[in-house]
Amino acid sequence: MVYRGPYKIRVEEKDVPRIEHPNDAIVRVTLAAICGSDLHLYHGMMPDTRIGHTFGHEFIGVVDQVGPSVQNLSVGDRVMVPFNVYCGSCFFCARGLYSNCHNVNPNATAVGGIYGYSHTTGGYDGGQAEYVRVPFADVGPQRIPEWLDDEDAVLLTDALSTGYFGAQLGDIHEGDVVVVLGAGPVGLFAARSAWLMGAGRVIVVDHLDYRLEKARTFAYAETVNFAEHDDLVVLLKKMTDHLGADVVIDAVGAEADGNLMQHVTSAKLKLQGGSPVALNWAIDSVRKGGTVSVMGAYGPLFSAVKFGDAMNKGLTIRTNQAPVKRQWPRLFKHIRNGYLKPSDIVTHRIPLEHIAEGYHTFSAKLDGCIKTLVVPDAA
Amino acid sequence: MTYTSEKPPLAEPTDQLRARIPGWGADLDPADRPSVPRERFDLDTGAHWDFPERQEERVPRERSIEHAFLTPVFGTAQPLRGVSGAVRAYAYKRYSEARAAHWLLLVLGDRVDAIEHHASSLLTLRPDNPVTETGVLSEVRRHGLRSRMEGHRVDRVHQPLDPVLVGGPWVVAAVAGVVAVTLVGRAARARLVRRP
Repeated sequence: MVYRGPYKIRVEEKDVPRIEHPNDAIVRVTLAAICGSDLHLYHGMMPDTRIGHTFGHEFIGVVDQVGPSVQNLSVGDRVMVPFNVYCGSCFFCARGLYSNCHNVNPNATAVGGIYGYSHTTGGYDGGQAEYVRVPFADVGPQRIPEWLDDEDAVLLTDALSTGYFGAQLGDIHEGDVVVVLGAGPVGLFAARSAWLMGAGRVIVVDHLDYRLEKARTFAYAETVNFAEHDDLVVLLKKMTDHLGADVVIDAVGAEADGNLMQHVTSAKLKLQGGSPVALNWAIDSVRKGGTVSVMGAYGPLFSAVKFGDAMNKGLTIRTNQAPVKRQWPRLFKHIRNGYLKPSDIVTHRIPLEHIAEGYHTFSAKLDGCIKTLVVPDAA
Repeated sequence: MTYTSEKPPLAEPTDQLRARIPGWGADLDPADRPSVPRERFDLDTGAHWDFPERQEERVPRERSIEHAFLTPVFGTAQPLRGVSGAVRAYAYKRYSEARAAHWLLLVLGDRVDAIEHHASSLLTLRPDNPVTETGVLSEVRRHGLRSRMEGHRVDRVHQPLDPVLVGGPWVVAAVAGVVAVTLVGRAARARLVRRP
């Protein structure tokens, strides 16, 4: 697929990517997914998203070519590829901060490399395609274990790993009250992960009833539809003995609904880096001394965040893009133990040639859409 | 009780949670989680270099001025071109990521890029098609009306703006084109009338 401007994409024939660096691999994509954060690109919110760019940072596939220095992969290997492009050796990678790699994104120092996520994250075409260039093939990709389903594997490349990471950012302790803002894929996985970490109560907030239903059945959570209440923060205070939640997780990001002016000035008019509605709700509904975890994605421009409340409440605000591969060994165990079944959240499976309608369906929240998988022609 | 030092009791004791929710407490120890501590030096990344070999720079590559040099590996998709490329190149060369001007120029470059490509597509055998490229036909196939009528979803209020954002520039361009053609035609006719 290629981007043709805000709200417009189409399928085009492009050259098969080539080996650009000795440690590159070319992967033939067998399964990809559309992520909620792809919508920020699709809506034209991320600066330096170029016409012709191929989106897609959630994909698995088969190694088609390898560069001369690749040691750990061979042609024909089935691999899952974390959304992070990273070198494995810089100051940040050496400390496990793979999403903050300093050696792969010349366009910005504030963010690492991400497949198919604009030039602001390095200018790499993504995996909603038949073939994709995968830099540092000895570092990022991993052979898919025999026992792991393809649909579970593709969800480990971002959504599940990010949700699980977001729950860790919350520093959840046994018995904590955890509020998750957003019942999209990442929010659902964050809610489910909060239980793994011993939460005593998990409350998921959204305005889409079908997603809240999924939060109840998949994530065992209490749910709140904020559209049914005049003031979400007051409601959450009442639900938490007027203390506030111990942990609030922002799994919404830049296009948060809940305040029309904030949404329109950010998502529609691009005057803010993102709608701060979810962030402000998080700050206001967490208890004093509590923790706000943010792995909802925001753009690099400023947003109208209520930072004074955060300061006065003594909050810990923890953020990052997920260092995906760090999560995999533990998540593999949880899946094998039957604690998690990532593909339970998949609602739509489409061929690549239908991707324009797939994006619209996901963007407009039609047809009960939660997670869409994309099957390229070459699969 | 509220407003005392006591933490409010849980409605559901943890032994019930453990019985009801698969995997409850599997990661109970905060110190035994994959991203704890945040910085760890004991992870084998698979890198077999101290500094990666440098990727060849086949065409001049823009970079943030906050970087010391072009990173050893970089994306090669959609190199800079046209007027949008000039705007973007200036944003990178002149302003750091800390400056709003940097990002606002990149946003401007995005809009110019779209205009350039839409205009040039009209000269090809495959011009941009707003109907297929927006996927709007899924409104019929994916129950657009019914999906929006369900529940209390708040995005019903602003979703009508989307077609305006997509179609607005086309309407403006079409109106501008008609006005331009009309003015040119009127000027040409006036010139003919003035001739003896």
